[in-house]
Amino acid sequence: MSPEATARAEIVPFTLDGNEVEAKPGETIWQVAKREGTYLPHLCYADQPGYRDDGNCRACMVEIEGERVLAASCIRRPTAGMKVTTESERAKASRKMVMELLLADQPARESAHDPRSHFWNMADYVGVTTSRLPRREAPAPDTSHTAMAVNLDACIHCTLCVRACREVQVNDVIGMAWRGAGSKIVFDFDDPMGESTCVACGECVQACPTGALMPATMVDDEGVGSIEIDRTVDSLCPYCGVGCQLTFNIQNDRLVSVTGRDGPANRNRLCVKGRFGFDYIHHPERLTKPLIRKEGVPKDPQERLDPANPYTHFREATWEEALDFAGGGLRRIRDRHGPQALAGFGSAKGSNEEAYLFQKLVRVGFGTNNVDHCTRLCHASSVAAMMETIGTGAVTAPFTECENSDVILLIGARPAQNHPVAATFLKNATKRGATLIVLDPRGQAMSRHATYELRFKTGTDVALLNAMINTIIDEGLANEDYIRKFTENYEALKDEIKDFTPEAMAPICGIEPERIRTVARTYAKAKAAMIFWGMGISQHVHGTDNARCLISLALLCGHIGRPGTGLHPLRGQNNVQGASDVGLIPMVYTDYQPVDDPEVRASFEDFWGAELDPNRGLTVVEILNAMYAGEIKGMYVMGENPAMSDPDAAHARAAFAKLEHLVVQDIFLTETAYLADVVLPASAFPEKTGTFTNTNRQVQIGRQALEPPGDARQDLWLIQEIARRMGLEWSYGHPRDVFAELRLCTHSITGITWRRLEREDAVTYPVEVESLPGEEILFADGFPTKSGRGRFVPVGLVPPDEEPDDEYPMILSTGRLLEHWHTGSMTRRSTVLDAIEPTAVAHLAPADIERYGLASGGRVTVTTRRGSVELTVRQDRQVPPGVIFLPFCYSEAPANMLTNPALDPVAKIPELKYCAARIEPPASARAAAH
Amino acid sequence: MESKRRVTPGSGRRKAVPHLKGRQVVPKALAEIGELLGAGPLRRDLLLEYLHLIHDKYHCLRAAHLAALAEAMRLSQTEVYEVASFYAHFDIVMEGETPPPPLTVRVCDGLPCEMMGAQDLHETLRGRANGAFRVVRAPCMGRCHRAPVAEVGHYHVDHATADLVEGAVDDEKTEPDVPPYIDFEAYVADGGYELLRECLDGKRTRDELISIMETADLRGLGGAGFPVGLKWKFVRKEPKPRLMTLNADEGEPGTIKDGYYMETDPHRVLEGMLVAAWVVEATDAYIYLRDEYPGIREILLTETPKIEQAGLTATIKVHLRRGAGAYICGEESAMIESIEGKRGLPRHRPPYVSTVGLFGRPTLNQNVETVYWVREIVERGAEWFAGQGRNGRKGLRSYSVTGRVKDPGVKVAPAGTTMNELLEDYCGGMAEGHAFKGYLPGGASGGILPASMADIPLDFGTLEEYGCFIGSAAIIVISDKDDIRNVVLNLLRFFEDESCGQCTPCRVGTEKAVKLLERPAWDEPLLEELCAAMADASICGLGQAAPNPILSAFKYFRGELA
Repeated sequence: MSPEATARAEIVPFTLDGNEVEAKPGETIWQVAKREGTYLPHLCYADQPGYRDDGNCRACMVEIEGERVLAASCIRRPTAGMKVTTESERAKASRKMVMELLLADQPARESAHDPRSHFWNMADYVGVTTSRLPRREAPAPDTSHTAMAVNLDACIHCTLCVRACREVQVNDVIGMAWRGAGSKIVFDFDDPMGESTCVACGECVQACPTGALMPATMVDDEGVGSIEIDRTVDSLCPYCGVGCQLTFNIQNDRLVSVTGRDGPANRNRLCVKGRFGFDYIHHPERLTKPLIRKEGVPKDPQERLDPANPYTHFREATWEEALDFAGGGLRRIRDRHGPQALAGFGSAKGSNEEAYLFQKLVRVGFGTNNVDHCTRLCHASSVAAMMETIGTGAVTAPFTECENSDVILLIGARPAQNHPVAATFLKNATKRGATLIVLDPRGQAMSRHATYELRFKTGTDVALLNAMINTIIDEGLANEDYIRKFTENYEALKDEIKDFTPEAMAPICGIEPERIRTVARTYAKAKAAMIFWGMGISQHVHGTDNARCLISLALLCGHIGRPGTGLHPLRGQNNVQGASDVGLIPMVYTDYQPVDDPEVRASFEDFWGAELDPNRGLTVVEILNAMYAGEIKGMYVMGENPAMSDPDAAHARAAFAKLEHLVVQDIFLTETAYLADVVLPASAFPEKTGTFTNTNRQVQIGRQALEPPGDARQDLWLIQEIARRMGLEWSYGHPRDVFAELRLCTHSITGITWRRLEREDAVTYPVEVESLPGEEILFADGFPTKSGRGRFVPVGLVPPDEEPDDEYPMILSTGRLLEHWHTGSMTRRSTVLDAIEPTAVAHLAPADIERYGLASGGRVTVTTRRGSVELTVRQDRQVPPGVIFLPFCYSEAPANMLTNPALDPVAKIPELKYCAARIEPPASARAAAH
Repeated sequence: MESKRRVTPGSGRRKAVPHLKGRQVVPKALAEIGELLGAGPLRRDLLLEYLHLIHDKYHCLRAAHLAALAEAMRLSQTEVYEVASFYAHFDIVMEGETPPPPLTVRVCDGLPCEMMGAQDLHETLRGRANGAFRVVRAPCMGRCHRAPVAEVGHYHVDHATADLVEGAVDDEKTEPDVPPYIDFEAYVADGGYELLRECLDGKRTRDELISIMETADLRGLGGAGFPVGLKWKFVRKEPKPRLMTLNADEGEPGTIKDGYYMETDPHRVLEGMLVAAWVVEATDAYIYLRDEYPGIREILLTETPKIEQAGLTATIKVHLRRGAGAYICGEESAMIESIEGKRGLPRHRPPYVSTVGLFGRPTLNQNVETVYWVREIVERGAEWFAGQGRNGRKGLRSYSVTGRVKDPGVKVAPAGTTMNELLEDYCGGMAEGHAFKGYLPGGASGGILPASMADIPLDFGTLEEYGCFIGSAAIIVISDKDDIRNVVLNLLRFFEDESCGQCTPCRVGTEKAVKLLERPAWDEPLLEELCAAMADASICGLGQAAPNPILSAFKYFRGELA
């Protein structure tokens, strides 16, 4: 049967209120009725993606001929010939009584938690606004959570919050406990929400139809819904690379709440940062005036400034003065010391337009390729390996494609913390039946969903992965046909992998040979398997090797280019993909065109009308070293905070202090800005319009919702003003003008126009034609390499740069917390996020807490060869003994004061995931003990 | 707003939590759970069984143990809590709370027991409760013919008085009383399991068995009355693997027949179940036994291994599952949810359990009494059974007659026997000093009929026109000493307690109905509207039937309501 015939066969003809209608496959009576113009009341049914119909509220009852009782239209699928009546007296009476029953227990409308709730709309629609029935005793409010108000007196037991928590986001906190009239929505064991395992994604708040669950910002102290939203703006989340679409809700030019939108990467979902971490933009420490360093105030790399009072070190300036000072300083250095004495750090948080213009400024205006950004610190090694082997710097398939995977391999990533919304899709897939394999030294929220979890020894990724490759080849599980058609250098891999047997690798990685084999077989035998990885893979001196192994695994089994397959490095920043795509890296222009290819350079010289630096520029850590050595004398830093994010931060800060001229453009006085000569107050995400590319290669549009505060300015304007003072006369009036130019030199986005983005909100690249959708799954038939084949690159074992010894017996690993983004400059100024995670913590295994005489909640000093920080002990059974985990977001205890700047030789990414350290009670505590 | 909620990075106005979010698992509790449940992976569907093991050992479910169990089972905490809290027999004790006394005395508050003074008994016992035991109300214990009934631990006190109960407490009589029954050897000596052997040996065909059941017109005797032969045919049409469930969760107030058969002739039930399972080629049979029948559990734990040893279960695995105090789990799809280790929420239909049942597989679900008849029907012939009816009906029924009759108990009588015939021919008439006022033909759910309507044949389909139904044939006789308002209120309180809470009409409807019925004057129009919505819009039979007593009272006992 043809597909059309099959579809026809599944069409169900039935009668709805006397009319002959047709249900599409899977459609419910409710959905058909809506399509046909009959809107039936509904409460427990959310007409939203991801929400299963549950049929419990009985507000949508209809009559079906021949059936004894009424049917819930939201859950009932029609059968051929069924006669459905929506408007019978019996059905209407039932629907009204259901509303009346629920209304009896609601708080009065005047004091409703959400006077505009779906429930009240439905009550109006059904025409029942009072109840004759006696009221139950109202449950007490739960105000324990900083982000959400729980008022179960309005709860109608529709279980949408349970489905939100358990089936959509799969955070598994909310339950319906007890039974009958005593049924109650609970968090864990009926714990206060704020003390539960709740991760505050707020999906329940968005799903709740009554206001029983509300953002705390939307109700007053009595729980009464008091905020009138006066306008909304559709935009994007400013945080991670998932790229959630959202709506900013605004009252009196202030953001008051955020709602998830149905974007391709989030389907209305958000996480705690996106939903509740928005008020940093209104923080009193926002920079609102240009600042110039006071005469004679020295740059002390160890000094901490008060971001609320920059006037100890800076003075206010006019824009004209500040820009002349900023641009003039850079120009003077260029003219005096040559282009290579300058460098620029752009930002993966800025838009594509800002990133493009920034790198163009450095290349054309400064005359150097010394331009880089924090991609160097996150996925540089992944990109290097992928460029080398399969000719791409981006994922081969979106993370949502895991919907079609039967095996999902997750390694060196903690998506539930760092890509929370992406994690929900992985968890959805496991609920559907996909096998999840988690390979990571630390336990995590995903562990519970994994069929196999291998907690291998930190830093032994290659040993484990090579043993898997060995198993697949040795057991004849390799996809020979795929290898023959689409790969090269297989013989070399085969040859070099021989010695990496599971038996040989087991003592190194700490996993028994049979477990390694089982996991290898599971991946190899999958019909469709997808690999996800994060910084646990990339941030090593063997980061590129780690990624090469993962690529080899996929090539070996042919798990690329089909539905449910692919390689997906989970990108960190909201626009790290875009910033890299548009050339904000020292070795390539847009679309990864190499700067040292004379033909490419010639074309860009032609396109930009300027002579260009023929050599690759320096990378982040190399630039810091050059600054320290006095070779680089002037820097323009836009929206980056290397004083916090770069390894061996004391050295990095010293390097910044040595600069002759440092221009910092940001929204807060960051730790980097402490050392600036001039600080330019810039625009926060909701204050600008631009395009952003997420981890899925989806280019999306962010729309300006508010004006920057005070005298703060748009970043795009600032770049152009600096450019003007470097002698460039640019006049891009709007981001769309920059995008138009960008599109001309970026072949992969030819099919994306500004107008299309305004219309569609998100378009996947590569896409050549404006009328066609972009390609989501790449490389069905070969790769964009010279040979058209994917290349196996065999790798050997490289030890971590600095292994534990007697003096520093532990391993220090750094990363992020769910609530805090990158260096904390935004999230620590968000009321909710800072309240949930307020102080610097070191995560330690219980055994180590005991061994070193510490106490959870007490203080600890962590020391490495590079420095020492003091912070609070957090007991964490997910951390293996012998390992210290430190989030790097805390300016009062910067983890990067401790980290090792040793670099991966290929990608120049530092080894942030591994160095030797020791822990002890703080000196003060030790002294007190004596 | 800033002034009130100002945040400066690192200001430390609040302390970081010294552990990960939420309740942390205590290593000691984890070790205790590991010791109790053994090594190896734990199964999601066995959650109720694990909870029972913990409760049996520690006499309550402590939060630390529940958290440890969740981790051991790789479940979220809330998944464990919502299941544990759904069932009445689990006592959850949070951190810092005092656990209940190790011994619980349950006083049945089912209608027959209440009629026989259970409320006074409950009050008196509560007055005597001390640190050694506590007294709680409990729904029907299936011993209504010996009302009032109390349960000390797992020991049932029939015709209970406060002194008898306290005596049992003092004597530490807490283990179930197992009455004499026909054991495996005796059953086999009497020709038992010959039918099953014939089936297994190929001497019988499946179609033959189906045909016998069809000719006998054996109906599902759990309450729905669905033709057994037809059900077997339906299930056989579904793809393999197929499963079987035996519903031994008899909970309809006044129903005592399934318990009676299981504790007198358990193998007749087991053989019937295995024959039915053979017909549908089920790979597994699950017996879901209510926790109120601990004596029967002992019997089944003793007897089931014997049939396994005798090689009668070569093609099937028999599982015994234990309920935990939830009437709703007698509803077949709620029972299936419970066997899967979840809260007992009835499922929406379609699909029916014969298509999508236990673990998503096609499932044959039968009631205890239904399969009890299988052997006898085959042995004595379908015509014998079909010929038993009276007043135009077919077959035999086990009427559980309780309340104000002289001789209550299980009365095996022809289908279609009338109340008057049961009363006079089987029960020795009314109890001393009581005048026949009316009767409940189908337990709590089947409505109430007046004495003037006691000549209606009692069977499936004969009572519907009067707003009643036979259900599990639990007939409770009320007399001039029983206030109809109290009867109705008792029944609605029962439904309120036992509603699963899933759908609005039942969860809120039963609660509001009780509040309305507690008022001195009943608001008839409002109650009628409410009853209509409950009957029309509830998901399952509980909510749909819960209004029946109210409607019957308005219809047949109006004079007593004023």
